[in-house]
This record gives sequence, C-alpha cells and structure tokens, in this order.
Amino acid sequence: MSFWTRHHIFERNTIVLMIGILLVIAVGGLVEILPLFYLKSTIEVVDGVRPYTPLELAGRNVYVREGCYLCHSQMIRPLRDEVERYGHFSLAAESMYDHPFQWGSKRTGPDLARVGGKYSDDWHVTHLTNPRAIVPQSVMPGYAFLASTEVDPETIADHLKTLRALGVPYTDDQIANAADDLKAQADPDNSGGDALVKRYPKAVIRNFDGKSGAPSEMDALIAYLQMLGTLVDFKLYNEKANLR
Amino acid sequence: MSQPLIQPSRAKSMTSGESCLALAFAVTAFLCVIASAKAVDAPFGFHAALAAAASLASVFVILNRYFDRPATLPPQEINGKPNYNFGPIKFSAGIAMVWGIAGFLVGLIIASQLAWPALNFDLPWISFGRLRPLHTSAVIFAFGGNVLIATSFYVVQKTCRVRLAGDLAPWFVVLGYNFFILIAGTGYLLGVTQSKEYAEPEWYADLWLTIVWVTYLLVFLATVIKRKEPHIFVANWFYLAFIVTIAVLHLGNNPALPVSIFGSKSYVAWGGVQDAMFQWWYGHNAVGFFLTAGFLAIMYYFIPKRAERPIYSYRLSIIHFWSLIFLYIWAGPHHLHYTALPDWTQTLGMTFSVMLWMPSWGGMINGLMTLSGAWDKLRTDPVLRMLVVSVAFYGMSTFEGPMMSIKVVNSLSHYTDWTIGHVHSGALGWVGFVSFGALYCLVPWLWDRRLYSLKLVNWHFWVSTLGIVLYISAMWVSGILQGLMWRAYTSLGFLEYSFIETVEAMHPFYVIRAAGGGLFLIGSLIMAYNLWMTVRAGEVEVSSPVALQPAQ
Repeated sequence: MSFWTRHHIFERNTIVLMIGILLVIAVGGLVEILPLFYLKSTIEVVDGVRPYTPLELAGRNVYVREGCYLCHSQMIRPLRDEVERYGHFSLAAESMYDHPFQWGSKRTGPDLARVGGKYSDDWHVTHLTNPRAIVPQSVMPGYAFLASTEVDPETIADHLKTLRALGVPYTDDQIANAADDLKAQADPDNSGGDALVKRYPKAVIRNFDGKSGAPSEMDALIAYLQMLGTLVDFKLYNEKANLR
Repeated sequence: MSQPLIQPSRAKSMTSGESCLALAFAVTAFLCVIASAKAVDAPFGFHAALAAAASLASVFVILNRYFDRPATLPPQEINGKPNYNFGPIKFSAGIAMVWGIAGFLVGLIIASQLAWPALNFDLPWISFGRLRPLHTSAVIFAFGGNVLIATSFYVVQKTCRVRLAGDLAPWFVVLGYNFFILIAGTGYLLGVTQSKEYAEPEWYADLWLTIVWVTYLLVFLATVIKRKEPHIFVANWFYLAFIVTIAVLHLGNNPALPVSIFGSKSYVAWGGVQDAMFQWWYGHNAVGFFLTAGFLAIMYYFIPKRAERPIYSYRLSIIHFWSLIFLYIWAGPHHLHYTALPDWTQTLGMTFSVMLWMPSWGGMINGLMTLSGAWDKLRTDPVLRMLVVSVAFYGMSTFEGPMMSIKVVNSLSHYTDWTIGHVHSGALGWVGFVSFGALYCLVPWLWDRRLYSLKLVNWHFWVSTLGIVLYISAMWVSGILQGLMWRAYTSLGFLEYSFIETVEAMHPFYVIRAAGGGLFLIGSLIMAYNLWMTVRAGEVEVSSPVALQPAQ
C-alpha cells in the first residue's frame, strides 16, 4: 500500500507534479538528440558536398513554399528496389546544409533526392507547367505561375548571411557576389559564369526556363532540381572511408 | 454573461491587468503598423496589419469592458459555491465546431485533388501543397486545440472546485490562440511556411504562440494551485503534461533566424540529420501529447461523468500516466527508419514505440472498463457510445502504430498511404469522436440546456463511422498495394512497375477515401446543427449536476 500512497506527493503538489513531468519527458529527447551533435559518425565527411548557389537556394525556397515535400521525399533508403529505382542511397552529408531538411514523409510522387540530370530542362518546364502534358496519369498540380514570377536578386545575399549565421560555410566572396551569381547561373552569355563555377564547383549554368530576361522562379526551381543528388561522385565515393 | 450593476461606479479603478494589457496592446499596435509599412514581402505586411487591427480591437474591448463592468470583478464564490468562468469556454467550444467543419472541408478538397488533379486549378493559393498544411493545422490545432482549451478550462474548474485563475488571462489565451490560427492559416495560403510538418508557421507566429502558451500554462497552474480539493484529479495530470510538453517541443523544434525582421522568411536553426530528428521528436510527440495526452484527459473526465461511474482503476491511471509520457518521447525516430539518421537512434525509436503499446492499452482498458456495470447505456445513449467507440479506435491505432514502427513493416508502409490511413484512424476515430462526445456533453452543460436531439447524435455517429471505415480501409489497401508494387520484380529481375503505374493504381482508392471524408463532413454538419439548436432553442436543464468522484 505504501508505494501507492507515495504517489500522493505528486497529486497534492502542483509544482512537484510539473517538475516530475518535465524530468520524465526530458530523458528520451536528451538521449536521442544530443549525441547527434557531437558523434562524428552521424555525418560522415564526403567529398563534393557544398552549400547551394544563390539560384539553387532561391529554387529550394520555392520548393519549400509550394509544399513539394508533402508528396516528394528526398531520402533514398538502402533497399534493393529503391537503389535500383532512384540511385545510390542518400548520405547524411548530402543534406548537411539543408535548413530545414526536406527528406519528406510521403511519396505521392517519386523520390527526388537524385532527380538532377535525369530529365532535360525542357521536360521540367513542360512538366511543371502542366504535368499531364507529359505524364497523363499524374496527379501533380500545375505550376505555370512560376514562369511569370521573377526572383529578387537584391535580397539573396541576406539569405546567405542568415544561413552562414546558422553554420553553413558561405564565404565572404560568395556573399558579396550573391546577386551577380544568381543572375549569372541562369544566363550562359553572362561573363560571371567562370567565377560562379569557381565559387560553387559543379554548378550548372543554363537558361533553365528557356526564356530571356531576369531569372524567374521557374529558372530557380529547375536549377535546384537539376543539382539534386549530383554533388557526390559515386564512382569515387569510398563507403569504407569512414569506418572505424 | 453581463451582470446587473450592483452599485454605481463608486471608487472604480482599472485593475493592473487591464491597464498593463491595454498599454501592451497599444504599443503592439503601433509597432505592427511600422512593421506593416516596412514589410519586405506582402504576406508579412498583411499579417502585421492584421496584428495591428487585432491589437487595436483588443485595446477597445478591454476599455469597453472596463466602462461597462461594475466596480468589483466577478466574485470567486457565490453563496459558498464556486463562481465558474464559462465565457472563454463557450467561445472556444463554439469556434472549435467552426474550425472543425472548415478543416474537414479542406480535407475533402485535398482528397478530391488527389483523385482529380484538375481541382487544383493551377492556382498557387489552392494547390495541394498549400492546402494540405491548412487541413492538418485546421483539424489538429484549430479544432483539436480549441476542444482541448475549452475542456481543460472546464475540467480544471470543476475538479478543483474553484473559479478559473485570472481575469483577462483566460480570454487572452482563447482569443490569442485563435489569432495564431488565423495567422498560420492565412500564411499557408500565401506560401508562408517553414515546411516542418505540423510546425509550419513562421517565426513570428511561433513567437506569438509561445506567449499565448505560457499564459495558458500559468492560468492552468494557478487554477490547480488554488484548488479546494486536496488531490489533483487524474484528468488534470494529463492536461498539465500536455501543456508543459507541448511548450518544450515547440521551443525545441522551432528556433529559427529570420532573414529580415520585417519579412516572413526564416531559416530553421537545425539542419540535415539533426533537423530531421528534432522535427520527428516534435512531430511524433505532437501526436503523443497534443492528440493523445490531452484527449486522454478528456476521456478521464467525460466518460466517468457521462457513464456515472468512477474511473475503473486508480493504480492503472498512475502507471499508465507516467509510463505513457516517459515512453512517448522516445518514439520519434520511427518516422526516420532506413534514412540517414544513425542506426542506433532508429533502433531506440523502434524499441520504445513497441513498448508504447502497453501504456496505450492501459489507458484504453481504464477508459473502457469504466463502463463496467453501465454497458447497457451504450444502447440508449449515443453520446456515450461515441466516447466509448473513440477509445476503441484509440486501442486500434495504438496497436497499429507500434506494428508499423517495426523496421521491416515500416520498409513497406513508409512513404505510402498506409501512414495516412493510420493517422486518420487515430484522428477521425479517436480524436474526432472523443471531441464530439465531449462537445455533446459540454455544450448543454455550459448553456444549461438539454441536448436538442439524441436521434441526430445517432445519425452523426453512424454516418461518421461509415465514413471512417471507408477512409481507413481504402488507405490500407492503397498503401499496402503501393508498397508492394514499388518493390515488385519480374521473373527476369527487373522492377515490375514504373512509378506512374503505382500512382494510377491509387485512383479508385482516392475516390473511396474522398467519399469517406465527405461522410465524416456530413456528420459534423449534423452535429453543428444539433448544437446550434441546443443553444438556440433547447429546453433548460432542470436536474442538478452530479457530484464528481475524486481521484482515489
């Protein structure tokens, strides 16, 4: 009987009950989350991973804004069918600069972790404008309005600065040239292309939406989609390198 | 509501709460006008203007109330009986019904969009990606949240036998929370989101919610502290755990750095793996503490009350309470099986999710067995039937959940509609029905009326149950079918189906699901009519309320 009457201390003291609750709920979170910040094995070091270019980042923000993550995952699991369907399973390092992460939780549409380079820019423009023009059975909404909205080059440096404050290693050089880089990536005739690729290795410079003029949200989103999963070269990737 | 003036306004002065809050809102209104003028994006300007208008309205309402009220505030007791504060509860209960119908309707729309994509109309504001967070937030936080606030404020007063603490504070909680809902909901339509599921609102909405939620905690705590009963009733343990833990989860998941303090866009402090873990630590415990602990509190008050029976087992309540809140927190990683999250974390998440089955069923047993000796009431009282069936759905989905958290099962179920079906058996069956049952009890009690029609409750029960059955069975079939099609191989060792073939196969089930959702919506409309008629035209209740059994 004594054990049960001991519980009266919680039932009679509001603050004791609240402290008890706080302690009990703290354990699980602390054990599961804190080690992820200091265990080196959480995120292995992988060559090729870099922060997003200004245009890719702008595209990623469109991806977030339109809720693409609600139907498309960006996380290939190490299962036979997924690796054959989508490519090499996703590495933690590949999303280390993602604030927030976009792994997703549902595949109403296919995984996009390695969609980069799978389709042409033209395919993406047509598909985003009217998905059923290319895939008749698709249930995806159309995003034709992206083509008529311009990306603002003036504020993009602030976005890079904010991310740097959160730990993404953008350099002073990258921040200072953010607006120019944003314009240069969607314009192959722009003279700033070489400097852009020097700042962001493997950055692809194309007129993604096929239209002249300032970069549109369509440019930005396709630039983002076309780089997804392309940073790590899996011919060179050594999966044993991080074994201890 | 309004009390007769006992005496002319002799020596009437503003309370410190009235003057401070009026001043704070005046300053807020001023700052929001500036923010609106300097806004770097249109949605932020719109939200700042809304906040300015709401702040001005608050100043007006506070001053207006001051001029209209008698010199003294409402007494704590009248003739030795607690003078319960029902005003904020009535508001919360009423608006819960409005948000509920809106949320179910948006759910029906997005379900139809998945079956017939032309319904997106290719407009940004009503495309699936923006409406889906609107649906989840409307049903979880707007409908569920208001039901929780309304019932918690009711239960804590009744079981502590005191008037709710605070004068303006309860109204601040209720109205402030609904203003948060307004900001969050309009934000989704305008594309303002930080894309963390069930925590989509941007930084300024999160800050506002923090202020409101801390006030909620203080009102609840202060009411429990000044209770007239020696023991804290079991429902209040669950309400307290819900309020405290949601505060912790909200603060842990949402730290973000805005790009500009005059703009809506921010970047979440956490990135990649750590962000994923924080998100699902939050996300699963939004289920565990918002949708479970809070609604278990409802179960622990309303089922004994309606069945006029004591809670089945006091000891089971204790074991069930502590083990449930301890184990739930660990379960988050089961949303991240086979991802880039470290294996050890996934295994911990799976293990604790399986263990979680036990306290969950402890709660179910405690709820169901409270009916012992009163099972016959299920035949005659459709409200009690709704409450009891909700507990049965709770038992079903808390068995399904641990099963789906097992890694091999999860490898099939994850990313498919099975998850959606699982969520809805919990959300429609458990959270929905227990809320409906509670509102069918609460509205007559608050307005001192007899419920307008039990026959309509019966109709609501059966229409909604049919809707749930259609919904979850369609999702089971489509989820398992899709999972199996994704991993199907031909005899030559090639993947058998292209992705789009699996999308095409979902169509009939998406139609059935939408039909199920439609029935659920019709049920809620029947309920709204019934409650409206109860308040408008119902007979005044004559019987005196039954004394409540203490916890032991």
